[in-house]
Amino acid sequence: MSRIGSADAVVIGAGIIGAACAEALSAAGLRVLVLDRGAAATGTTASGEGNVLLSDKAPGPELELAIASRRRWPELLTSLREEIGEAAEAEWEPKGGLVVATDEAAAAPLAALTAAQRAAGVEAIDLEPDEARNLEPHLTEAVRAAASYPGDAQLQPVLAATALLAAVRARGGEVRGGTEAHGLVLSRGAVAGVRVEGGTIPCGAAVNACGPWAGHFGIAAGAPITVMPRRGMVLVTAPLPPVVRRKVYAADYVAAVASSDVDLQVSAVVEATATGTVLIGSSRQRVGFDDALEVAVLRRLAREAIRLFPVLAGVPVMRTYGGFRPYTPDHLPVVGEDPRVPGLWHATGHEGAGIGLAPATGKLLADLLCGNGTEVDPAPFRVDRPGLLEEARA
Amino acid sequence: MRRAGVVVVGGGPAGMAAARAAAGCGVAVVLVDAGPKLGGQYHRQYGPADGDRFAEALPEAVEHLANATVWAVEPVAGAHRVHVRVGAVDDPSRVGRVLETRALVLATGAYDRALPFPGWDLPGVFTAGAAQALAKGQGVAVGDRVVVAGTGPFLLPVASSLVAVGARVVEVAEANAAVSGWAARPAGALAGWSKTGELVRYAGVMARHGVPYRSRNAVVAAHGSEWVESVTVARLDRDWVPVPGSARRVEVDAVAIGFGFTPQMETAVAARCRIVDGFVEVDAAQGTSVAGVFAAGELTGIGGADLAAAEGEIAGLAAAKRVGAVVDPPLRAMAQVRSGRRFAAALAAAYPVRAGWRGWSRDDTVVCRCEEVTKGALLRAVERREVGAVRSLKLVSGAGLGLCQGRVCGRNVAELAGVEDAAAFARRPIASPIRLSELAEE
Repeated sequence: MSRIGSADAVVIGAGIIGAACAEALSAAGLRVLVLDRGAAATGTTASGEGNVLLSDKAPGPELELAIASRRRWPELLTSLREEIGEAAEAEWEPKGGLVVATDEAAAAPLAALTAAQRAAGVEAIDLEPDEARNLEPHLTEAVRAAASYPGDAQLQPVLAATALLAAVRARGGEVRGGTEAHGLVLSRGAVAGVRVEGGTIPCGAAVNACGPWAGHFGIAAGAPITVMPRRGMVLVTAPLPPVVRRKVYAADYVAAVASSDVDLQVSAVVEATATGTVLIGSSRQRVGFDDALEVAVLRRLAREAIRLFPVLAGVPVMRTYGGFRPYTPDHLPVVGEDPRVPGLWHATGHEGAGIGLAPATGKLLADLLCGNGTEVDPAPFRVDRPGLLEEARA
Repeated sequence: MRRAGVVVVGGGPAGMAAARAAAGCGVAVVLVDAGPKLGGQYHRQYGPADGDRFAEALPEAVEHLANATVWAVEPVAGAHRVHVRVGAVDDPSRVGRVLETRALVLATGAYDRALPFPGWDLPGVFTAGAAQALAKGQGVAVGDRVVVAGTGPFLLPVASSLVAVGARVVEVAEANAAVSGWAARPAGALAGWSKTGELVRYAGVMARHGVPYRSRNAVVAAHGSEWVESVTVARLDRDWVPVPGSARRVEVDAVAIGFGFTPQMETAVAARCRIVDGFVEVDAAQGTSVAGVFAAGELTGIGGADLAAAEGEIAGLAAAKRVGAVVDPPLRAMAQVRSGRRFAAALAAAYPVRAGWRGWSRDDTVVCRCEEVTKGALLRAVERREVGAVRSLKLVSGAGLGLCQGRVCGRNVAELAGVEDAAAFARRPIASPIRLSELAEE
């Protein structure tokens, strides 16, 4: 394959966010080069369940981005199928979500959340316990209240990311693995190129899409931002006959997602995949990039899952995997140009929602970079909001 | 949780030697083994007979956990926690046990490698190790007319075991040119002299039973509807490409396939031991790159039972020393290891796996049996998605995601896909399946 000598935009990071940015930029007619120090779609993207969720977001800027993204995913996959055929397959499944409160204390906040989400345009249906058990027959009898979200969906994140990258290549772009971006070359203070081993790739813009490692690249680029890793683990069962139809999770998940606790938080999220395996999440820990196995975390995941679906108790767990979510102090993604280095753009900080938020993030970044109007308000995601910029080290 | 002295995982030649050596220094040892009886693959005992001659001979300081599966190895401050379930996998009453130790010896051995060809997934096609385990452990022959195919000296004891339980071994097909391969490394061959004697004995068994031994031959297809009925055996060129016109049909009712061995690596990977060229890197005391973790036997290189036992002795002593025992340097075992490794290097050089096997399979040949991924589907996924690593390879093709977690197919799939670091398939933090309720226990 021929190599690109220069690019309009170099995207650093070939995960789902980098892939979505590159896809949107190449759709806008730019010549795009995507770099990754490893192989494409093997970091955070390969460690998630593939959530495309509206249910876990309270009204606000992230929900707006999520609504735009939820609309965009199926449209994008359909148009990619026409453009690149089978390579666009991503196991898209608009399966719907079910949020379950198993005690009275969780029931009232759930009702308040659904009311607020409905006001923001989300389809959220309050359910009685027996209605919830009609939707999910194996659900615990301890259910006190539930809410159904027909708009929640799932896809396979590595397929999705590689599909987006295949489109970039089909449009004349390049995806180059095993290539680390060591920093930027500036001309009159603005981005003129990206430094890699053995040379410089001239470009007009560089996009930092390094996920939890975006803070590292920010330092290398002379424009540090506060993005931290938040560890999570998933258990995978052996393939089962259908036991869980939707994405089902405990009502305390919303609070866990929004919390900033350093300590371990575990909240049950249970769903089946296209191959019949059941994925069991979710845990949150701030332990840096330490990926050592902690059996205590697996035990908590197992317990919480059995609490929601007692029938899972006898099921064999086949494997577990973990990863790091890119986390910002205010839990909002960062999408925009760095005010300190013109031509350097950031697209990261999506925490556990990057798969769902990817297409709208890519579109937003491409629209901003090309000077077009945007579908969602970019202001809440700007780089120079409080708490995000760090002092550049001399 | 009470701290154990030394914990040894694996009850084959290496693990038994490690346990004996550490116990000989007065250290309490827990020997964890997945089998119902000690001995591992090489010294497999006849299951239906009473007693366990190896367990009975163990020093008192060794606690032997039989039918014990390690499902996780967890690094904790200054030590490791070995998470074990004791009891048969399908026994709902199997119990959990957690062993915390500052001195962990991994001796998990290796399992044999099968290469895919059309029909390799038919019933009646066994791995050589499975055929031998059934013969030695249960006294059962996998068939009446059996072809043994693959590469390496291990094919001979497998054929001998089959003959001993009454099977007719129609032929042994060795894909390499065995004899000239040996001659190329005289120092190695000499170092393995005792081993060579053993092989001569097996060769005697073959000759007495009129078993043809054909080098540069391989089973490249198996045929049958419900069960294997015949195989195609072809002559191979130097790169293992079948020589045109050399194919013969041979009627069989079973095939045993063994193309060398893959180390059983997940516990070493979980303990974060450094892996070099597919094996655990060790120092002269069998210490891995991780303090307090030792490795012995096939994990450190394929070299057979004698080398494994010598490495096990050294590892057991080093582990005992780490928990405070006074230990004399095991000079004899160290000399055995040196010569054994020369023998192992000669073996590896004489019996490589050559790239031509990739052409034996067709587009519709299943390469990952758990997830039923064909070679064609695998190669298409790699091409369309420009896959560059094992992690994404698994997730775009499905290969290696099933119940065996890539144990059978991992190396083959990685080589077919042109992805390096096949050892990444051994990254299995849950080393063997565990029920959710067992996981949930305190």
